[in-house]
Amino acid sequence: MLPDIIKMISIYIMGRKYEVPQGLTILKAMEFAGYRVTRGCGCRGGVCGACVTLYRRKGSYKLSFGLACQTVVEPDMYLMQLPFVPANKAIYSIKNVGTNDSDITKLYPELMRCLQCNTCTKACPMELDVMGYVAAAMRGNLERVVELSIECVMCGMCAARCPAELSPFNIALLIRRVYGKHVIPLSPQLGQRLQEITEGAFKEEIAGLKKADEGEILERFKEFQATKGEAAIELTKEKG
Amino acid sequence: MGYPSEMLQLIGEVEKTRSQRLGQTIPLLSLGKQEDLLREFHPDYREGIKRPISAGPNKGDLACNELVDLLESKSRIDPQQVDLSPELSVDVLVVGGGGGGAAAALTAHDNGANVLLVTKLRLGDSNTVMAEGGMNVATSPGDSPVKHYIDTMGGGHFTNNPGIVKTLVLDAPKILQWFEDLGVAFSKNADGTLQRTWAGGASYPRIHFVADYTGMEIMKVLRDEVLNKRIRYLEFSPVIELILDEEGKCGGAMILDLETNRIFPIQAKSVILATGGIGRLHIQNFPTTNHYGATADGLVVAYRAGVRLLHMDSIQFHPTTAAYPEQISGLLVTEVFRGRGVHLVNSKGERFINELETRDVVASAIIREVTERGQGVTTPSGMKGVWLDTPLVEMKLGPGSMERYFAHLLHRFSKFDINIRKEPVLVYPGQHYQNGGIRVNVDGETDIPNLYAAGEAAGGVHGHNRLGANSLVDIFVFGRRSGAHAAQKVKGVTIGKLSLDHVRAYGESLREAKINTEALSPMLLPDYRFEKALSTVAHTKGR
Repeated sequence: MLPDIIKMISIYIMGRKYEVPQGLTILKAMEFAGYRVTRGCGCRGGVCGACVTLYRRKGSYKLSFGLACQTVVEPDMYLMQLPFVPANKAIYSIKNVGTNDSDITKLYPELMRCLQCNTCTKACPMELDVMGYVAAAMRGNLERVVELSIECVMCGMCAARCPAELSPFNIALLIRRVYGKHVIPLSPQLGQRLQEITEGAFKEEIAGLKKADEGEILERFKEFQATKGEAAIELTKEKG
Repeated sequence: MGYPSEMLQLIGEVEKTRSQRLGQTIPLLSLGKQEDLLREFHPDYREGIKRPISAGPNKGDLACNELVDLLESKSRIDPQQVDLSPELSVDVLVVGGGGGGAAAALTAHDNGANVLLVTKLRLGDSNTVMAEGGMNVATSPGDSPVKHYIDTMGGGHFTNNPGIVKTLVLDAPKILQWFEDLGVAFSKNADGTLQRTWAGGASYPRIHFVADYTGMEIMKVLRDEVLNKRIRYLEFSPVIELILDEEGKCGGAMILDLETNRIFPIQAKSVILATGGIGRLHIQNFPTTNHYGATADGLVVAYRAGVRLLHMDSIQFHPTTAAYPEQISGLLVTEVFRGRGVHLVNSKGERFINELETRDVVASAIIREVTERGQGVTTPSGMKGVWLDTPLVEMKLGPGSMERYFAHLLHRFSKFDINIRKEPVLVYPGQHYQNGGIRVNVDGETDIPNLYAAGEAAGGVHGHNRLGANSLVDIFVFGRRSGAHAAQKVKGVTIGKLSLDHVRAYGESLREAKINTEALSPMLLPDYRFEKALSTVAHTKGR
């Protein structure tokens, strides 16, 4: 039984009318209506892109886009999920992809067909500046693409809507990887640590702790916990 | 919508004390005091929430009721009615498409094996994408794998498997190197030094991250790599039983096509279970940070086949999951807030615990504050929680730092007109992680020959409490090791006659134990239809 205080509203799931409690997310409203979602639901936390939904509000000509798990239902909302988009993805070995704009357009030549119409940005349920990163990709400004695309959940709606038939989200991922692989320097400290491990450092010390009774490891545990402050100071200094 | 007026009023109390709290130090609890707090308030210690398992390798051992229900349910198939002539035959069958499964598949492929990955939802749908905080690796000169080892053992209350923890800390830097090589854009300084921050319970800041999207970024790259390598995968294809051969070695799995309901066998020389955790069982009615498919499927099928489970009486409740607004209740609010010096504050604006205690201790302190001490904050729908004073981020780290480090959460809350740069968020513990799982060795091998387990499905690494940012290393270290070991081993493997006799035998042992149920398992997906769609907040309501 529903508590009496819950106010019901009408929504239309793929054209069919259902009464659902107000305040629910689209995903929960669909479930309340009786849908057992298999496609169209993944993390339920706004990061996987499975539940992207397009909807129109009554009286409006505009299509809107949202993640079903993050968007609250509104009265007379007409909605439908788009759980799969047959988007183009280039196949590559990241070590062989260079950092010039021509390296990107070799894999995604359609990038240069972008009309700058901004439909992708309007379609993004994460409200990312998709056209902004596509433009940056065309100019070869990889860093800007990485900045603008970090929150992309790869739902594919930009690709579904693009009149020039780009797959912006896949282009962004390629560039994120090129940037991570070829632009950001390798961590010097990590290299050093790997060297030490290869030479067998730490092994004996840890093996000793394995054999020692709980007493010794407990003492060192306590000691480390007590001296946390020094590490905190070091971290602050590192940040300048 | 934003906060209602009665909550805004209480936020006033948080603001009043903010500046004086900046200089306040709360000492860490002694081990004895920690123990007392856990016994009194941690959900693991509540009465009536566990019961002994009636049959199988862990017969008589205590586990959470919700898991025992599944272990004592019937198989989804009748072994007598199934045709086991395989449609597909592969070297390595990876079950699960999250971080652990993708790492296993890639590694087995790189080692020359013919790999097939099957997964219940889409490739990448997993708890991995939801991991905000980051991964623990001892990279700094001042840090060391030894410290990482001791912290992990201490965090787990020394019940971890020492050999597995040793492997974890020594392999962790290799995983970070693998990610650098694949082009995961970790947050780094200009010279390439990796940025770091704190986890609760750690003695050194060793979390490495990609803003608060670490798991999502890694999963995007690994999925891309699976596609680039043209590794075969089947989506919407959960495992519903394992297949053994007449000698008791693992020989494949029964798969259900979720779209057509067809059941079919896959023969494999080795099977790697990377099926993740159990959040969607809603242990004790808690909300969960876990993804839709976290329903313990791997534990159930492995248990029926005869593997032993470890530490299944212990659940990790993440101290800080969203308690308001209700639409996003259970959303993970990363530990890194506390790592960066953000306070937990009660309804009077007072701190009540050192925020860098381990997760079980902090969660217990929050529960104590809300229940025994009555100093929680109640939402209009009756949920309770305490404040996480997020405006401290920019006070401590400067303007723009919220966007830089916490873009995900900044934007999730802004959808509901809550500006976490200026307003605190209400949090309460939520089910986050199964500390235990399938018993494995350092290469992911289980009790059954040619059956492996990796990631959250496997147990022993974390003991009775996982340290923050250790799972994002665990899944990759042991995903890689399982994949490599399986690919090497399959060269000498021959499979005998395939059989589901273990399913029949396990059903028999349940009947002998007088368990009579029509319920089926694995669960595959939770049922949230109709009234169940409304949040269950029974655990906080009315206290």
